[in-house]
Formats: sequence, structure tokens, C-alpha cells
Amino acid sequence: MEPAGLLAAYERMAVIRRTEKAAHDLFLHGLVKGTTHLAAGQEAIAVGASAALRPDDYVFATYRGHHHALARGATPEECLAELMSRATGLCRAKGGSMHLTKAATGMLGSYAIVGSHLPMAVGAAWSARLRGTEQLAVAFFGDGATNIGAFHESLNLAAVWKLPVLFVCENNLYMEYTPIADVTAVPRPAADRAPAYGIPGEVVDGNDVVAVAEAVGRLAARARAGDGPAVLEAETYRHFGHSRADPATYRPAEEVERWLKHDPLDLARGRLAELGIGAEAVAEADERARAVVERAIEAAKAAPPPDLREALTDVWADGGAAWRT
Amino acid sequence: MADVITYRDAVAEGIAREMRRDASVVCLGEDIGAAGGVFKTTVGLHKEFGPGRVWDTPISEQAIVGAAMGAALTGMRPVAEIMFSDFLACCWDYLANEIPKVRYMTGGQVTVPLVVRTANGGGLGFGAQHSQATENWALTVPGLKIAAPATPADVIGMLAAAIRSDDPVVFFEHKALLATKGTPPPPGHLVELGRAAVVREGADVTLVALASMVPLALRAADVLSGEGIEAEVIDLRSLVPLDTATVLASLSRTSRLVTVEENPYQGGWGATVVSVVADEGFGLLDAPVRRVTGECVPLPFADALEEQVVPTVDKVVTAVRRLAAY
Repeated sequence: MEPAGLLAAYERMAVIRRTEKAAHDLFLHGLVKGTTHLAAGQEAIAVGASAALRPDDYVFATYRGHHHALARGATPEECLAELMSRATGLCRAKGGSMHLTKAATGMLGSYAIVGSHLPMAVGAAWSARLRGTEQLAVAFFGDGATNIGAFHESLNLAAVWKLPVLFVCENNLYMEYTPIADVTAVPRPAADRAPAYGIPGEVVDGNDVVAVAEAVGRLAARARAGDGPAVLEAETYRHFGHSRADPATYRPAEEVERWLKHDPLDLARGRLAELGIGAEAVAEADERARAVVERAIEAAKAAPPPDLREALTDVWADGGAAWRT
Repeated sequence: MADVITYRDAVAEGIAREMRRDASVVCLGEDIGAAGGVFKTTVGLHKEFGPGRVWDTPISEQAIVGAAMGAALTGMRPVAEIMFSDFLACCWDYLANEIPKVRYMTGGQVTVPLVVRTANGGGLGFGAQHSQATENWALTVPGLKIAAPATPADVIGMLAAAIRSDDPVVFFEHKALLATKGTPPPPGHLVELGRAAVVREGADVTLVALASMVPLALRAADVLSGEGIEAEVIDLRSLVPLDTATVLASLSRTSRLVTVEENPYQGGWGATVVSVVADEGFGLLDAPVRRVTGECVPLPFADALEEQVVPTVDKVVTAVRRLAAY
């Protein structure tokens, strides 16, 4: 990654980290309702992959998808307004934390049924093939999704149709509250299964934004060349529990400590230093990230609530919700 | 084109007409390609349009419908086949959680212009896991349109409407009707979803039916006519949108209502029809409403046993006689 690209990636990760912290704090202040599944600690996967993708590629994500939405074109203001049930929210306050979507930039949704979006990414890649474009589809999913049927159906179909789709597993070691290793028959839940479908399964340090960008770039080029899908298993760790309700007390303290020392932002700072980017430039990036998120928080707070008529719109393509004539 | 066309052939014809006029229409499903479909409802498509537009899939219902959704989100108009409607349960997440909700929960950012076709209902002796009438499953989900044609012409006209729809449509083709024949419709034939048809006029009772229950209701109406009872028969054609206006208008002429459904009484679409009538047309009624439905059992294998648990001409005639005497 070029120095300027890495600095931009670092700044994007800093924005995501601060947006996640804001979501956490706003929840404590009663301004965010429902639940959130924070991705703090996993920023390098979304940002690294995005650095390697083209603007017109498609992305499908999960209920833990704030980082993907932010990496793929959604602004902190749109996201926080959505979490705070404001009219200016990314999905006009009808989606919420688990469904952040920005179709205009190819961020085709965050889906909250585990693994359900994997076949959709296969379909988007199929569509790209049918339309003769060089677009790629990427499905980001957690380790828990590797044990549902749709994962296996998707890998097989993508492989037999040789579609340009990347399956990027964010392996954060825990399937909700349970260690993935306790409930999975192979050590690498995504990568180990890929060879069974005749496709590559690679493992990457998911906290190293450069390593992720390189791996995604390589697999993306391969897919665009017509060589078919691939699985990338990115090893990472979430700083928070599974959801708002989970203090994550089941995690061994030494494990948490080890992973917090392997933080994506720290790693990126180290990479920047190696490339000769000075501490001043990094501090400026941090300051810009802080200012962007602060402005987003204030703007979201000031935004109006949704028009109540919104409840009965957007079921059908005509905008309405009528089920009878 | 021949003077008559079967319901089965009408399916392939209806899809072919749309594939000819719109390059974004593509098909996917199990055995739909060179094999022409297990019900022979896609015969000729693979030959005319090739493997680039008619795709054979593995037995992977989640991947079929999920991929159709992904394609629909990105500029295509996929027509997915789920072989037997019982198998919709294998991909129910897509029909209950993903496809119908994504437009709403993204604040209208995306639409899902896809069709899921499936062979519905009993009558062919396939046993409990290949014989259910499942249109009532889809009826419980906000965000799905539901089509269930009864004639070859409607198959073609409603497929045109379904495939051109910017909203997702579950298209129930009835197995017991596949061999039935009718007049092929002219080019460009389109039957808008949400328009019921009065297929027989009558002044004494309104029979509301769907798919294979339409010819059954018509046969019952012939029997009743011999007894001096003239039944008006309405083919609903689609359940969402539901044409309640045609039902209420018919009741204003007949004042008596019987719904005829293959699915079980519990949760059946007839319950929705009669509840609308109770809400908005109570004053039109001169008698209680009656629902002729399937029994709440899995479909048995033997013809004689199946006959016991699905609506028959006799059951409809009996229900109407009682109502006429009320």
C-alpha cells in the first residue's frame, strides 16, 4: 500500500473506531435504542478490503456491519442518525444498527439472519457476469456463519458457476458467546472448508490493514480474471461483547490482553512509521477523525425524528404498503 | 400457435415471451435447463435462450432464492424455480426475512424484482411432502406478492405481470392443472396482479376460489344450477394484492358467500376474505359465510384418502345448499 493510501486507510479506521465509541456512549445516554453489535477491533478488515475494491463492486455484510457501511461510503452522520432513529438516518430510521445499507455506493445491505447474505453475494456476482461487467461481490461474515447451510450452498454454487465473489470471514473467535472452536469440526472454520468446494481458502491477519488489502487485492484480481471465487479468513477480535447485552466475561483475561495489544490502529501506526510517515501526520489524521465524528454526533442529535407516515411506506416499489385493491 | 395450449406449456410460453422482450430476465432452478423441468414447465427455454440465460442449479434452495435476490438487487429480473411448493420451507428465510423486508428496512433504497415459481397443491398422488397447497404460508408475510393462475391464458398473462413487477412475486402453478387446456392468449397479453375475474355469473351465491379450486367451483356451480341455484364464481387470481372490491361487488348481487380453498382452514386465505367481508360488507349478507377448505392433516397418499381431506364438488355443493336454505 502506498504511504498516502495507508494514511487514508488509517484515518478511515480512526473514524470507524470513534463512531463505534459514539454509538456505545449514545446508547448509555439513552439516545440509541434496541441493540448494537460493535465492530471495534475489526476495522482493518472492512477498510483493508475496501482499499482493494473498486467503487462499483458490491458488498454484503452482517448485523455487525457498522465498519463495512462506513468503509463503503456511508458517513458517520448517516449512521449515527440511523442508530438514533432520526429522519436523516441512512435507512430513514427503518433499518437500525443491524441493517445499515447504502445501495448507491454498492453497500447492498447488512443482514441480521446469520449467513443469509452469502447467497445474495453469489447472485450479485452472477448478475455481474450476466451483464458482462468486471464487478466483484464480497460477502463479509462471522465465523458463526460457516456452520449454516447457506454457507455451503453458496461456496458450491459460486464454485460450479465460477463466479467473481469473495467470501471474507471475520473470525473473531466467538460465535456470539461460544468459542467457535468448541462447535466447529475444523480449526479454520472458513478457510479449511474452501478446498472441499475446489476453491482457495486463505488465512490473513485481519488486524493488519495492509495484509488484508493485499490478500483481497490478489483474490479479487483472480476472480475478475475469471478464475472464480475464494475464501479469505481474517483473524481478528472484537473489543466489545457480541452485542449490547454481552459484557463478554467468558473471555480469558490474557486472551483479551493479547488481542488488545494487537490492535488494528496500533498496527497501522507501526506500518506508517515504517513508511516514513511522521507522528505529526498521524496526529493530524486523528484530529480530522475526531472532528468528523464530533460533528456527526451533533448533527445526528439535532436531526428531526422520522415522519410517522414512514411506517407505512416502502413495502412496494410504488412506495406504498397496500395489500389489497 | 396451436388452437389450444396446456397450462404446462403456458408456463414455458409465458416465460419465453418475457425473455424475448427483456434481456434482463434469466431463469435458474433444479433441472430446468435441457431437462425442461420435472413438470416440463420450462421445455424449450434452454434451446431458445441457451445456458447463459437458463441456468441449472444444484439442489440448493437457499442458494437458488438467495442468488436470485442478489441478482435482482443488481439489475437482473431472475425467475427462480422451487420445484415443489413444499420445498419453499427449505428457503423460507429468503421468502420470510430477506426478500420481502429489504426494501422496507433500507428505507426504499432497493427493490427486488424477482419471481419465485413453484408447483403447488395436491391431486397427483405424491404424498405428504410433495402435495401441500402452501400459498397461505406466503400470505402471512408482508412484502410478497402472490399469484396463482387457474387457466393457461392467465398463466401467460400473470407471468408477464409478475416478471415485469418491480416487487417480488411468488408464483404458484398448480400441479393438478398442468394438463388442462385453454385458448392461447394473443401477443402482449398481460393480466395485472390484483384483478380477480368473475368467471361465471349468478345471482344466488358467490363462490370465491383460487387455482385448481376454480374449475372445481365451476363444476359445483353446474350441479347447483340443475337445482335452481345460480352461483357466481370468482377466480381471485392473486392473493396479494387482494381484489376485495370484486368480492364485495359480487356479494351486493348475491348476498351469500362461500370460499373454496385447498389449504387448511387455519390461516387460510379464505379467512382474510371473509374477515374483510365481515368488516366492510356485513350489511350485504343474508346468511352466514361458509369456508370449504382442506382438513388440517398432511395430504395422504391414496386418492380415496386424499379425496376425504380436500375440497370436492360434493363438499362445495353441500355447503352451498345449506347456505341457500338459510
